[in-house]
Amino acid sequence: MTEKKTLKRFASVFLASSLIVGALAGCSSSEEEKTSSSGGSSSSDGDSSEVIKIGANLELSGSVASYGSSIGKGAELAVEEINAAGGIDGKQIELVKVDNKSENSEATNAAIKLATQDKVTAMIAPATSGNVIATAQIANQYKIPTVTASGTAPNVTENEDGSINDYVFRTCFIDPFQGIVAANFATELGAKNVAIYADNSSDYAKGLAASFKQQIEANGGKVVAEEAYVAKDVDFKSTLTNLKSKNPEFIFIPGYYEEVGLIVKQARELGIDVPLMGADGWDSPTLVELAGKDALNNTFITNHYSSQDPDKTIQGFVEAFQGKFNEAPNAFHALGYDTVYFIADAIKRAGSTDGEAIQKALAETTDLSLITGTFSVDEKHNPVKSATVLEYVDGNQKFNSKVNP
Amino acid sequence: MKKSKAFWGFLVLALVIYAVVQGMISGGMLDLYYQNILIQMCINIMLAVSLHIVIGITGQFSIGHAGFMAVGAYISAIATMKLGLPLIVAIILGAVISALAGLLVGIPTLRLKGDYLAIATLGFAEIIRIMFLNVEYVGGAAGMVVTNLTTWTYAFVGVVITILVIANFTNSRHGRGCISIREDEIAADAMGINTTYYKVVAFTIGSFFAGVAGAIYAHNFFIIQPTTFNFLKSFDILIYVVLGGLGSLSGSVIAAIFLTLVSAYLANFPETRMIIYSVVLIIVMLYRPTGLMGTKEITSLFKFGKKGGSKV
Repeated sequence: MTEKKTLKRFASVFLASSLIVGALAGCSSSEEEKTSSSGGSSSSDGDSSEVIKIGANLELSGSVASYGSSIGKGAELAVEEINAAGGIDGKQIELVKVDNKSENSEATNAAIKLATQDKVTAMIAPATSGNVIATAQIANQYKIPTVTASGTAPNVTENEDGSINDYVFRTCFIDPFQGIVAANFATELGAKNVAIYADNSSDYAKGLAASFKQQIEANGGKVVAEEAYVAKDVDFKSTLTNLKSKNPEFIFIPGYYEEVGLIVKQARELGIDVPLMGADGWDSPTLVELAGKDALNNTFITNHYSSQDPDKTIQGFVEAFQGKFNEAPNAFHALGYDTVYFIADAIKRAGSTDGEAIQKALAETTDLSLITGTFSVDEKHNPVKSATVLEYVDGNQKFNSKVNP
Repeated sequence: MKKSKAFWGFLVLALVIYAVVQGMISGGMLDLYYQNILIQMCINIMLAVSLHIVIGITGQFSIGHAGFMAVGAYISAIATMKLGLPLIVAIILGAVISALAGLLVGIPTLRLKGDYLAIATLGFAEIIRIMFLNVEYVGGAAGMVVTNLTTWTYAFVGVVITILVIANFTNSRHGRGCISIREDEIAADAMGINTTYYKVVAFTIGSFFAGVAGAIYAHNFFIIQPTTFNFLKSFDILIYVVLGGLGSLSGSVIAAIFLTLVSAYLANFPETRMIIYSVVLIIVMLYRPTGLMGTKEITSLFKFGKKGGSKV
């Protein structure tokens, strides 16, 4: 009796599980049909002539959602403009947005989904470097050219062993470049004895500090003091007093706006009135609130672009963006916008939607003029382009100069 | 006799599921997207079941489970990437070190109760995370790049072993000791049960399988970063257990499968994704306040006729 019951029980469990599996199989086989109907050798070109799909694997929720959604907005505007102008060789672009919750694993999932389910031609990779790395192997495996708008870590495109991720590119400059630009700017200002005060808990800040030091020494300058703080510190006075005693003519402070705001404020209170400089991590309205307008005078940052750049195309972009979203575009908006144009340009030159052809075209990009600078792609898939130096004047960012590499 | 039948039944069922899915993969019916969802499902099941033994069976409210997952992930990644060991060795190594970490954390903290224990486990998980954040050898904040070695087979075998061990533990003398602690710790103590010992055992076994899950996770997603294993990850795991029903192993499994599918499906609706996900959780909790399965097991659903079936 009991045996019969157990048998029955297992039979029903088995039936239920096979039903589930069957349903899954149903999904995938119908998917298969869809692709085979659209993917039959030459007919695929005919079919995709209607629309070119570009996937956007972005942080739309989670801890860095502001980066991802900014890039998404910029990309949307660019797609709209390209489509209004007739698309790429008559083909319209369709942007397929997928959320990766600012998590590595979700970024991998999203990339796989875009590659296998949506069958996109190219992808916009996530905003943060770690998430881009989580998608890089998928891009290589499925030969889908992938461009990150803001993944600045060097190992996004270059693996530890020196090999290049063939299908991964970026629109932004890499971290060490900003350090070099800052060092050259310091030399231009005539500073010989400089100090570095870096955030020790972030790879970003450490990378910037190292490249700054190297470049300033190459320029004949001297680092008289090197100090470090840790994110979430609030009192910097003792270290700053120490820095002051070394009499630097220029202080480089790579880090993020939360601590930098307090550092700048406390430095000015202690009477340190030399130029202070940082990088794109400073770029936030919060910085002005924390440091105060007066303290920020005579400070500089390097950034990807400035909405106050007098350049005509930039002003055109700012206007179009404000018209659509009713806010001033920041660097992430501009980078997202540029990423779409970067991909579109490569597809146009490749003359097809084949991954390998587009990859080649992306790698061969030279002197492409975009909002965040005119750039060429180097052998490590990094753009060679100018950085913008901004100066804070009474709490507003003022365009200072463009520095070419 | 009855128990061993359930054991063999489960093994046969597992083999059948494995054969069917593997057949579909070789037949090309499941592409990488579905395979990846399956692997993720397996990882989530392992995490849910390994937390189930701590919260559901022993009744100790731990919210630091992601910390042990991090230990498994990092140790196994070091084993494969830096020391060149094979994946299977790396998984075992990660799990063992994770169990050791669980033992170390468990011995002092499991003397605490309720909220105090929750805070202590949360604190330890953060310590583990911050440790990895500051060790340059494993990449610091930028994370560690890991080669993709996991296959669906590894993940599935992991799940089967996890479920078998924990189900058998629950039905053993030790398991009943743990359940008595959940029901009433003072009474259990009065009955002569060494409560601290049983709590530490359950906690260590839970950490061990969290380590296995972490190792498989690390080798599936190309990169591990300390931020991945923050307390939100711990809450994700906690949600599986609570949603499935505290005290129900099959409930944890079902909840993990259900939420993985919901999350994967909702990726198509980025703007409203987290809202819908949260609404699903709220609705389930409103209509099934004890979780999907309550304290019942799925097998007891087929035993209506039998009086006093095998309530675990």
